[in-house]
Amino acid sequence: MIRFENISKAFGTITAVDRVSFQVNRNECFGLIGPDGGGKTTLLRMLVTLLKPDSGSLTLDETDVVAGYRDIRNRVGYMPGRFSLYQDLTVEENLAFFASVFGTTIRENYAIIEPIYRQIEPFRKRRAGKLSGGMKQKLALSCALIHRPELLVLDEPTTGVDAVSRREFWEILSGLKEAGITIVVSTPYMDEASMCDRIALLQQGRILSIDTPGNMIKTHGKPIFQVKATERHSLISELSGWDRVASVYPFGQSLHVTPLDSSLGESDVRAFLRNKGYNDVWIERGTGGIEDIFMDLMVQQ
Amino acid sequence: MESNVNNVVIEVENMVKRFGSFVANDRLTFRVNKGEIFGFLGANGAGKTTAMRILCGLSVPTSGKIMVNGFDVYRQSEAIKQSIGYMSQKFSLYEDLTVAENLRFYAGIYGLKRKERKKKEAEMLERLQMPSIKNQLVVSLPLGWKQKLAFSIALVHDPKIVFLDEPTGGVDPITRRQFWNMIYEASSRGITMFVTTHYMDEAEYCDRVSIMVDGRIEALDTPAGLMKTYGAENMNEVFLQLARKPKTDQTT
Repeated sequence: MIRFENISKAFGTITAVDRVSFQVNRNECFGLIGPDGGGKTTLLRMLVTLLKPDSGSLTLDETDVVAGYRDIRNRVGYMPGRFSLYQDLTVEENLAFFASVFGTTIRENYAIIEPIYRQIEPFRKRRAGKLSGGMKQKLALSCALIHRPELLVLDEPTTGVDAVSRREFWEILSGLKEAGITIVVSTPYMDEASMCDRIALLQQGRILSIDTPGNMIKTHGKPIFQVKATERHSLISELSGWDRVASVYPFGQSLHVTPLDSSLGESDVRAFLRNKGYNDVWIERGTGGIEDIFMDLMVQQ
Repeated sequence: MESNVNNVVIEVENMVKRFGSFVANDRLTFRVNKGEIFGFLGANGAGKTTAMRILCGLSVPTSGKIMVNGFDVYRQSEAIKQSIGYMSQKFSLYEDLTVAENLRFYAGIYGLKRKERKKKEAEMLERLQMPSIKNQLVVSLPLGWKQKLAFSIALVHDPKIVFLDEPTGGVDPITRRQFWNMIYEASSRGITMFVTTHYMDEAEYCDRVSIMVDGRIEALDTPAGLMKTYGAENMNEVFLQLARKPKTDQTT
């Protein structure tokens, strides 16, 4: 459905997006995952016709996004990263405004926004600027959907949002996908990768890897040891200094230790740590997840 | 961690903050110890920012006894400000000043003498392994470096407590971990770290964690203790169990 081909975009001397190619299939939830400066926002803004690529081709079905921008705008709903509704208008006025811009009415497309809008409807006379973060987000999403777009583009909708609201937001997105909408969404949270059908890992304007989360783990996920001990901080430095280990990264309460090669067994790790005086070590074999893969690919660059 | 009276740097008893009829902080009671990494978690709108502003001496509570570094928030807010450091995700560095100029500026704000300042500057650039970028404009630095620099600047006046408000938002996973190394290092020098974050793996890096729900502290323990109490595998599950809230949130 969407085809980015060799797309580049620079701002002055900074290359924000560097020869990026990928495709998004119809009715897929596609995630752009990476830290700030990865190029996520620039890619999304080009897709929604707010920026022109410097080079490369970008098409939605057969329509060129740059030449056919009027057509594209009717087909795409966009929720930017920063709240960009009219703070002085009420909830209802904002929604009516976006409906009228696209030549429709709230009533005509109520069904599509209902599951989301229903939750903020009791506050429809409240000014948008007076809403809580969670409610603003729901209003922004309602406004992005009011013209019944076939493609929904969301720029970091869950950034700075607590873990509970984040989960609720992903449940909403999965409902929209079931309703037949194609979704392209960006996020800096690696643990949200599993909520997408396919993901692209982005770092400094380039794609590190692109696949389904499951396949990416199969292809790039390295065998690791999860290691825990009471004295975590010294454990990190001991293991990092060991020449049979490729990397040691903390993951919550445990460490992910990637061996240099497959000759390193669990018993070797145990023996090494026993020698160093650790008596309460817990070790489990595992495979690196998306965040491990991201760090691994970052280092390789 | 055992709380020893001499070691307590933040003491909060029955802290209440009302805005009109809205109770943002409802009888909060907790203590934070010297050198502790204290995670201050909660859903958006649970009242974290309100509480942090009070602890930083920027806002006066409605009632309760609150001491920060031995200073009373009602009467000694200026002394509190002098004795703490603060860093948020929106770092307050001047982009069109160089690294050294930023350091010098903040050292000046906190009234460091010239000699002291020189010493701090050298130490910091050394610790950050940044001597080569001393004269670069901040605007030209990668995000991760800016963040580490902002953290160092929050420490320039030897504060006893540093408040870190979502300090790792938006950075790559390697830099995020390097940043936590800096937090550990500062805590091992006895500086208390008071941290908010939405990354639940980071909650597990804290010595103790409190979780706020609707203006109250619902849970406070070590991450391991919380996981045990709530029968959870990780802090994310603990958080979801505690902070699942009613459908219509009216918070700000």
